[in-house]
Amino acid sequence: MYNYWLAVFLMMAGFYVVIAQGNLVKKIIGLGMFQTSVFILYVSMGKVEGGSAPIVTEGVEVYSNPVPHVLMLTAIVVGVATTAVGLSLAVRINEAYGSVEEDDIQELDDELDKIQESGL
Amino acid sequence: MNAEMILQLLILVPVLCAICIVLLRRNPNVREAVTLVFGGVLFAMVVMLATRISWGDPPLVMLAEPFPGLSLALSPEPLGILFALIASFLWPITAIYAIGYMRGHGESNQTRFFACFALSIAATIGISMAANMLTLFVFYELLTLATFPLVTHAGTPDAKRAGRIYLGILMGTSVALMLLATIWTYQITGTLDFTRGGVFPEGTDKGVMSILLLLFIFGTGKAALMPFHRWLPAAMVAPTPVSALLHAVAVVKAGVFTVLKVAIYLFGIDSIADLQGAHFLSYAAAFTILVASIVAMGKDNLKARLAYSTISQLAYIVLGAMIGTSAGVIGGSMHIAMHAFGKITLFFCAGAILVATHRKNVSELDGIGKRMPLTMAAFTIGALSIIGLPPMGGTWSKWMLIQGTLDAGAWILMVVLMISSLLNIAYLLVIPMRAFFACEKSKEDPTKCIHPDARDHTEVAEVDEAPAACLIAIGVTAIGCIALFIFPDGLYQLAQEVAR
Amino acid sequence: MSFSDHFPVLVVLIPLLAAPLASLFTKGRAAWALALAATWASFLISCLLLKQVLTTGTVRYYMGGWKPPWGIEYRVDVLGGFVLLIVTAIAALVLTFGRRSIKSDLPEGRRSIFYAAFLLCFTGLAGMTITGDAFNVFVFLEISSLSSYALISMGRDRRALNAAFQYLIMGSIGATFILIGIGFLYMMTGTLNMDDLAQRLPAVSDTNTIRAGFAFLTVGFGLKLALFPLHLWLPNAYAYAPSAVSAFLAATATKVAIYSLLRFLLGIFGFGFALGAMPFDMILIGLGLAAILSASLVAVFQKNVKRMLAYSSVAQVGYIALGIGLASQTGLSAAVLHLFNHAMMKGALFMALGAIAFRIGSSRIENLAGLGKRMPFTMAAIAIAGLSLIGIPGTAGFVSKWFLVLGTLEQGLWPLAALILFGSFLALIYVGRILEAAYFGTPKDGIEAREAPIGMLIPIWILVIANIYFGLHTDFSYGLAERAVADLLPAARATVDAAEVMP
Repeated sequence: MYNYWLAVFLMMAGFYVVIAQGNLVKKIIGLGMFQTSVFILYVSMGKVEGGSAPIVTEGVEVYSNPVPHVLMLTAIVVGVATTAVGLSLAVRINEAYGSVEEDDIQELDDELDKIQESGL
Repeated sequence: MNAEMILQLLILVPVLCAICIVLLRRNPNVREAVTLVFGGVLFAMVVMLATRISWGDPPLVMLAEPFPGLSLALSPEPLGILFALIASFLWPITAIYAIGYMRGHGESNQTRFFACFALSIAATIGISMAANMLTLFVFYELLTLATFPLVTHAGTPDAKRAGRIYLGILMGTSVALMLLATIWTYQITGTLDFTRGGVFPEGTDKGVMSILLLLFIFGTGKAALMPFHRWLPAAMVAPTPVSALLHAVAVVKAGVFTVLKVAIYLFGIDSIADLQGAHFLSYAAAFTILVASIVAMGKDNLKARLAYSTISQLAYIVLGAMIGTSAGVIGGSMHIAMHAFGKITLFFCAGAILVATHRKNVSELDGIGKRMPLTMAAFTIGALSIIGLPPMGGTWSKWMLIQGTLDAGAWILMVVLMISSLLNIAYLLVIPMRAFFACEKSKEDPTKCIHPDARDHTEVAEVDEAPAACLIAIGVTAIGCIALFIFPDGLYQLAQEVAR
Repeated sequence: MSFSDHFPVLVVLIPLLAAPLASLFTKGRAAWALALAATWASFLISCLLLKQVLTTGTVRYYMGGWKPPWGIEYRVDVLGGFVLLIVTAIAALVLTFGRRSIKSDLPEGRRSIFYAAFLLCFTGLAGMTITGDAFNVFVFLEISSLSSYALISMGRDRRALNAAFQYLIMGSIGATFILIGIGFLYMMTGTLNMDDLAQRLPAVSDTNTIRAGFAFLTVGFGLKLALFPLHLWLPNAYAYAPSAVSAFLAATATKVAIYSLLRFLLGIFGFGFALGAMPFDMILIGLGLAAILSASLVAVFQKNVKRMLAYSSVAQVGYIALGIGLASQTGLSAAVLHLFNHAMMKGALFMALGAIAFRIGSSRIENLAGLGKRMPFTMAAIAIAGLSLIGIPGTAGFVSKWFLVLGTLEQGLWPLAALILFGSFLALIYVGRILEAAYFGTPKDGIEAREAPIGMLIPIWILVIANIYFGLHTDFSYGLAERAVADLLPAARATVDAAEVMP
């Protein structure tokens, strides 16, 4: 039962990090936390009372539901891919702007806007 | 060719004309000839169509079916034939005038001008022949789009501003009000076909019908009913041939034509008489008549004065449609023709004066009758027609309108019509009177007059008329005004058909 | 089993296999050719598939032969076939258009990877439309989203990077919400197959879990389809992405998200629950209206034409949301019709803008001055597509607006109708700004422009002519939309609930 509370806690924590942190890398970390909470949610949901891990073993009668595990494998892969894309974007942003802080990027963009408005 | 075939080809003629104009743009004379030839052909076709129709069983041509059960279709009826006759007759006449004007004034982009002219006429014919409200709406919007390049022809910042007002008001009213009313009508009645006696079933809520009527009439921005009239004076920035055809004939007439069609064929003359909305609108029209006339009196720019005069005259037709009597409808329909000929003559003259003397304001026109006697004579004829005095055609339409107000028992409206005639005299007749009887002030010494035969004055005003092409056009339309007085029968019969 | 039985999986498989192959090429041109072949092949298959669906009914395909509800099922019905047709057609046309545009937007080394990512995005979108398994939707959604983040980041302007990143964050949150929603559904019913879910849900739909799942799903999809106020990622993403990407995404990504939402709302939760018991219809109407008015208003003041059109897209999504919220046969049909029409309009507009950007290197409105003379065909395309956006009769946009207004009037909501038409007026203003600059402005110094290459003009004009054609002959488009909706709506419930829905 407490699993679900854990999942909710992680979800909110991750969500908070994504919104509140200005550093792009930290946002990605927050996103990761958020997605992990969902993994816990699913796996918890698959647990059958008295069931063991869903791997065929001698002498075990009741297994937990394997489907959520399978689904979460997919979701973990998606999460990894998202993190990879996110981090590579952060690297490119760092190359282009010299910083991974949202505020700095915003400032540099605003300057660029002003130049474009007046110059071109 | 039977009526159906003519109908199928009718819109194609001006469209083909536009294409030929663009293809032949290298040779101005051939290009102009194209317009005239196609114009003649179109008029002949409309006349043939008019003579071959049996009103009991009119031909129907389907163009497309965008919605299940609703098609784009053409089907002539008396009012539409009337409108098409006027538009197709005045197109080549205006083309003749435009040739003289554009060349005399050295205008640029003449190919675009004549091509858009032809497209506008195509849209106008489409409006006149529309069999249902959807078709009318489609061609109405196309007319706005086709005339936009004409209005903004000059390309100056003023022209752009005028274009914005033009498009903004016309599209805004048509999309926000007219389209809403159209879809709503379809939702209530399941059809948009123009039917004698209206499409609304017995027992439709009068309140809803009133609201719909208000939406339709105010949504017809081209009828220039106040407060949606601003586009008309703004559009005067266009070259005079544009003002003449489009704003004295095609665009504004499309507006009042729509008003009449909606009143007669969507609502039905008898229903109109019952509606509170119609009552309100007839007073709105009366208001427009008076206020526009008063504003016209204060305008020194000739074209501006004529623009406000148009607004006032259009409101006559709206009034005729909204009082719910057959005489009113007949008067309104006839006024489409009378006003067309009268106003186009006036605009032609204004343009002629501009080209010959570069004068735009009424105050500069004293004594000009000696220089341009033919032009000013035509101006007088046009003015008398607008005012409604014999022997000009405008007499008959005014007569029927007043008859209509009497039939409806609307004494106030009758008084408004009479007052407005007096105001017309004040702002229109003044011009030719001063042109002929006042003396033209010389530029060096404003206290002295120029006489054409003076021997001791250094300045001699010679007869310096407008270009010949312009004069021919002016002559034709002026004679038209008189002819409509002497032979109103054909027109009257058509109008009567409408009101039956 | 004959070849044609495998169509559903082939539509997805061909681009999926082509993607890594494309990335192996070193020359952009070869990768482009492969991508072009793959998308056109998919388009042809989707045409055949739609024909099959229209004649014989819903097409079902079991992956690996495993029957549902254990296996993953691909299910193509009229709505899915219709949306698939849109996606494949747009992809094929954009790729035909895009070679030179991409060549100018991206450096040599990146082009093959671009085409690989494009194919992956296409795979994801196509997969979303035909899958019959709820979790599969999530998988394909993430495939398309991840590749679109990469695609957007390849834009010329460095702000594309940040735009892609913001989209990544918001999009991933949205996708995770969808995952949570699917999890709740699975928790209560034990199945992931859409048909099976539809059967099992009514029994448990009165629980908080299902309601929470519904909420998560709608918010998640709302983010993906840029429903106000979850649209904040869209303007930047569309403005700074490479032109071909903007054209492709604008015409397809949001549409597929809307399709998925419809599938969940009507196909899984059911009309009575989704738009009746849950107040989602009111929410959709409110948000849709807010989107139409606010986004159109913001669009008027934009200086970058791409951004202007991006906000316009948000407004158009608002129209569709409004149509869905009306919860009637007409409203839903209007919404589905607008999916089709908007894809054509925006596809043409963004491609034409791409052609302009290709020639003059900018999308700012002041740089468009005087292009009416120098790029006549391109600007004429923008003019006609713009008129369609406004809703001038004779164009496809008019037809959508007509049915939408008809839908609102059927329920007596005439203030709503007036506001919809006011949105058209706002569209007139911002389209008018573009056209005024192009046709009346004096060209700026230093900006060279020739007409766009014919390879670009042909796809643009195919869409423009389609706009006019489908504005006059709506049997195909509206007929399909109506059929699609009728299949999803049990007729009895539709009339009853529609009457209950409005006070």
